[in-house]
Amino acid sequence: MNWLVQNLGLVGELLLVHLALSVPAIILSFVIAIPIGYLAHRQRWARGVLLTLCGVLYAIPSLALFIALPAITGFGIRSPLNLVVALTLYGIAVMVRTAADAFDAVSPDTRLAATAMGYSAAGRFWAVELPLAGPVLLAGLRVVIVSTVSLVTVGAVIGVQSLGSLFTDGFQRGIVAEIVTGIVATMVLALVLDALSVLAGRLLLPWARRAAPGRRSSSQAAPIEAGEPA
Amino acid sequence: MNLFADAIAWLLDPANWGGPSGISARLLQHLAVSAVVLVIAAVIALPIGGLIGHTGRGKQLAVMVSGGLRALPTLGVLTLFGLWLGIGLRAPVLALVILAIPPLLAGAYAGFESVDRRTVDAARAMGMRETQIVGKVELPIGLPIVVGGIRSAALQVIATAMLAAYLADVGLGRFIFEGLKTRDYAQMLGASLLVILLALVVDGAFALLQRLVTPTGVRLARSARTGTEPARKRTPARRTITEGNPV
Repeated sequence: MNWLVQNLGLVGELLLVHLALSVPAIILSFVIAIPIGYLAHRQRWARGVLLTLCGVLYAIPSLALFIALPAITGFGIRSPLNLVVALTLYGIAVMVRTAADAFDAVSPDTRLAATAMGYSAAGRFWAVELPLAGPVLLAGLRVVIVSTVSLVTVGAVIGVQSLGSLFTDGFQRGIVAEIVTGIVATMVLALVLDALSVLAGRLLLPWARRAAPGRRSSSQAAPIEAGEPA
Repeated sequence: MNLFADAIAWLLDPANWGGPSGISARLLQHLAVSAVVLVIAAVIALPIGGLIGHTGRGKQLAVMVSGGLRALPTLGVLTLFGLWLGIGLRAPVLALVILAIPPLLAGAYAGFESVDRRTVDAARAMGMRETQIVGKVELPIGLPIVVGGIRSAALQVIATAMLAAYLADVGLGRFIFEGLKTRDYAQMLGASLLVILLALVVDGAFALLQRLVTPTGVRLARSARTGTEPARKRTPARRTITEGNPV
């Protein structure tokens, strides 16, 4: 506890840096994954290719990606941009599958009804499919939030500052309290961002709570497909 | 592309492969540590997960462990154990075992849970004992998901074993931390490409295994699922818990 009191400023500073690295990656991956997931939902041929690609991306160890990415993007290894790009890629890998499931879960009858009422393809997407896919998309976003916030810390071993710096610094100087502080701060940050996303979901998707109990969407019945490339 | 050429040249240079800190030694260490960790974690987690899935008791525990530990930063766990247990293999192995348990537990639990309760009831009505139900009904049907959990855990262990090189003189991660010090990017990139290849090969092997252990009946039922009445599940399992984080 003493260590934390004496270094409150440092922890606060690293917390902000950590936020600045994770939030852009979370938002970018969410925004990029939705159109890709929609494509996977619409086109059978695209689904196999895209989901396999995401599976491959997902399997790549983060430290290896942090090192290999600069050879493609030209950013420095220690550049925060390099980390954000890598984290965005992981976020996309997680989110695309969920987004495809989310759009699959929209009832075909609803889609037909919207078409019959005269919605254009684009209008139907924005006004019908996207809102109805919202709850499942939110579930995916929550997974991305927690995993991204945790992954940012890995950057510390290659010299990108974040709450993970408390791990490397604490390890080198032999301060257990510093490492414990880092673990707790990372988990609290993940929980807070997660809670914020749930809150945003309540405000933006008020229909989710009424529809949720007893509804059996295809995404809920999907554990069999979980680990397999489709 | 010059960078990749340099990295591949580093990988192909026989001088880099020999010796106690050569590529082959590091690769073997990496594989050995990963395998040992995976076996220890599987011996602990798979029976517990299977039991939870079979009985339906302790479900909260499975969800909490697999969901709650998701937020746990791997590097934090590694360094913490490093300080407690000192330099050497004990710290990374113990930390890796702890980190491998959630995906294994979730996979075993979800696999047994996924079996249609009507199938289990039918087996029981035919006079099967509980051990027979577990061994002859639930395990074969749930096995693809259990293997999926092992697949996630294996990837997680291979990735985290890279980080373990930060605190112990072991595995392919050493090349990266040495390269950072000596600013040898070809070595770092070469080692990264090797680990990526390793992860993809392991991932592909487990994907194949998952396909092989899927009983024909399950495969047929899955492709014909549209139009049949929904399976009776104890609870609709959420997919996310069977997947780990990228690490």
